[in-house]
Amino acid sequence: MARRIPLSPQAQAVLAAMPSRRTVLRGALAGGAFAVAGGALAACGTKGTNSGAPGPSAGPLCTVADVSAAERKIAFSNWPAYMDEDEKNPEVHPTLVAFKAKTGIDVTYTADINDNNEFYGKIRTQLAACQPIDRDLVVFTDWMAATFIRNGFAAKFSADKVATFAKNLAPSLRGRQFDPNMEYAAPWQSGLTGIGVNTAVTKEVRTVDELLTRPDLKGKVTCLTEMHDTMGFMLLSIGKDPGNFTTADFDTALEKLKAAVASGQIRRFTGNDYVQDLAKGDIAACIAWSGDVIQLGFENDKIKLVTPDEGMMLWSDNMMIPITSPHAANAMALIDYYYDPKVAAELAAFVNYVCPVAGAQEEMVKIDPDLAQNPLIFPDAAMQSKIKIFKPLTEAEEKEYQGKFQAAIGA
Amino acid sequence: MAALLPTASGTPAAATEIPVEPPAGMRRRRWIPYALLAPGLLWLAVFFVYPVFQLVMASLWDPSGSVETGYTFTWQFSNYADAWEMFHVQFLRSLWYALITTVVCVLLGYPLAYAIAIKGGRWKNLMLVGVIAPFFTSYLVRTYSWKAILSDSGPVVDFLKWAHLLGPDGRLLATEFAVIAGLVYNFLPFMVLPLYASLDKLDTRLLEAARDLYHGPVRSFFRVTLPLSMPGVIAGTLLTFIPAAGDYVNAQLLGGPNTQMIGSVIQSRFLVVNDYPIASALSVMLMVTILVLVTVYVSTAGTEEVV
Repeated sequence: MARRIPLSPQAQAVLAAMPSRRTVLRGALAGGAFAVAGGALAACGTKGTNSGAPGPSAGPLCTVADVSAAERKIAFSNWPAYMDEDEKNPEVHPTLVAFKAKTGIDVTYTADINDNNEFYGKIRTQLAACQPIDRDLVVFTDWMAATFIRNGFAAKFSADKVATFAKNLAPSLRGRQFDPNMEYAAPWQSGLTGIGVNTAVTKEVRTVDELLTRPDLKGKVTCLTEMHDTMGFMLLSIGKDPGNFTTADFDTALEKLKAAVASGQIRRFTGNDYVQDLAKGDIAACIAWSGDVIQLGFENDKIKLVTPDEGMMLWSDNMMIPITSPHAANAMALIDYYYDPKVAAELAAFVNYVCPVAGAQEEMVKIDPDLAQNPLIFPDAAMQSKIKIFKPLTEAEEKEYQGKFQAAIGA
Repeated sequence: MAALLPTASGTPAAATEIPVEPPAGMRRRRWIPYALLAPGLLWLAVFFVYPVFQLVMASLWDPSGSVETGYTFTWQFSNYADAWEMFHVQFLRSLWYALITTVVCVLLGYPLAYAIAIKGGRWKNLMLVGVIAPFFTSYLVRTYSWKAILSDSGPVVDFLKWAHLLGPDGRLLATEFAVIAGLVYNFLPFMVLPLYASLDKLDTRLLEAARDLYHGPVRSFFRVTLPLSMPGVIAGTLLTFIPAAGDYVNAQLLGGPNTQMIGSVIQSRFLVVNDYPIASALSVMLMVTILVLVTVYVSTAGTEEVV
């Protein structure tokens, strides 16, 4: 199916410069920082809008009349490179075209989420004031999804409208702490964080410890600026479970990272841009996201994703309906549609991330048997046993850990 | 106002009274300059004074607050001490990198601007376009392309290794050199353009006069050309130093964890850690430091005519 055609180096350079998924340049699009700061300042100036913000248990923050029946449309904001594209026209998304044919709902799809913090900062004040954000479906990574739900910004699903989702959500993603009853967040795609290795440059890397200390890798290793991924690995390497650790464990793990920074072992902390460096061989091994490395592997078979002995991190990006959306029912129809195993397989064949839909593997066999056997897209039992999920943090913990982590990586 | 003019100048009586008391029309016209200033002042008030005021306020918030629980204003001056304690390394590093960048830009930019202005002849416009042309591409894209040029497997590193200027394990990316080189590249046009503007005005007959008075080329440069181009030098150094000190794109793309600048820290404190008080305190510190440095610099350089 939708294999990426190898690009010329020039074209890759241009693509590299474009903000891609989880880009490191959070504020590079200038005003970012000030937009958020301004938001916070505004919130502060107009009394503590957020103090004692109701959690999901306290009832909805605000109620909006659902006009889904009259207006057959939704606006869907997602991350770049996260939707199937027509081979001739990347603006056309076959699964969305089929959705419209099936339900009559018109989807305005925008890949305008580049960074969890940045996007959340953009919509937070409006949601807190119960104002519309002109979006009916947004996608956030687990930890930010937890914040979103905690602040009461996510609309609750109605069970009868998301029956397929309830039936087909992969067992490993059920009962997550921030959404135990699957009422607020539906995983769009999941992903694994492992070690990406360019075997043209170095021999195999088996463990996180090797990554941090092996002399021949000095200055040829990168880690991610995403704290949950990098620190998840550090916790694994000191023998702690990222799903259940103490602040003391975190500090011990951070010391290990600091030592690797001080010794010059770690060349940089990156967002998505490790992809080009790994492909070129400037870096030999790095902490990497599964979908990226699988796509690189199609173009260059020297590039591999290694499951370190210590384990791998699993994360999900979750679809959520903002509380102020007037098209919640339409949005739920879309969520349910993507939990149809056939549709999910079609999408997974394009984006190559971990598919959160049970039954999609059987459908994938019809599309591409190789991909159906790939444990990085459909984790098998052996893989399942190695997967860890970072524990949900409170806001105070998030701030403390992020503060320490960012200081350790030089920012 | 046009309607008032005939009365102002029309009656001879009014004309004779001008030294004593200006006529109605003249008096009314006094507010015109203020009216013309108003849009600019309003703009500054809304988009500069108010945000800066808010920033200063935010830097004095109680750091134990958070985005979700709200912050309280407690005159928390210790935020500044904490910010310095945590990030003085990056802070001083930024000023140091900006200083090196400025010096290198002067050394590279002056001969370039001189060549364009004095020796450019009919190529002058073409050469100027050459200086400005990089602006047709986004700053970010240009910095990314430096990543490709300086990459470990790229031609620059290959050449330096061949010439034994770089060890077999040596690299340029993720080093101080790459960060400063990126800064110099990105800010060089801001140095060249003001230098060109002041050198272009240079009357070359003064150089001939200097030679007539037995000055050699070196002395006439230091006694005639350089002093006359000082406004350009000062404008150029300011336009280079100030943005370079606050830059974070080069440090993030071309540098490593040990070459990050204060801009990256402020960015990550604001957007990632959500620690607004420390981020604000760092921003205010950077602003005040640059303001003080620039004031001292401009007053010692002693020129009234900047730009």
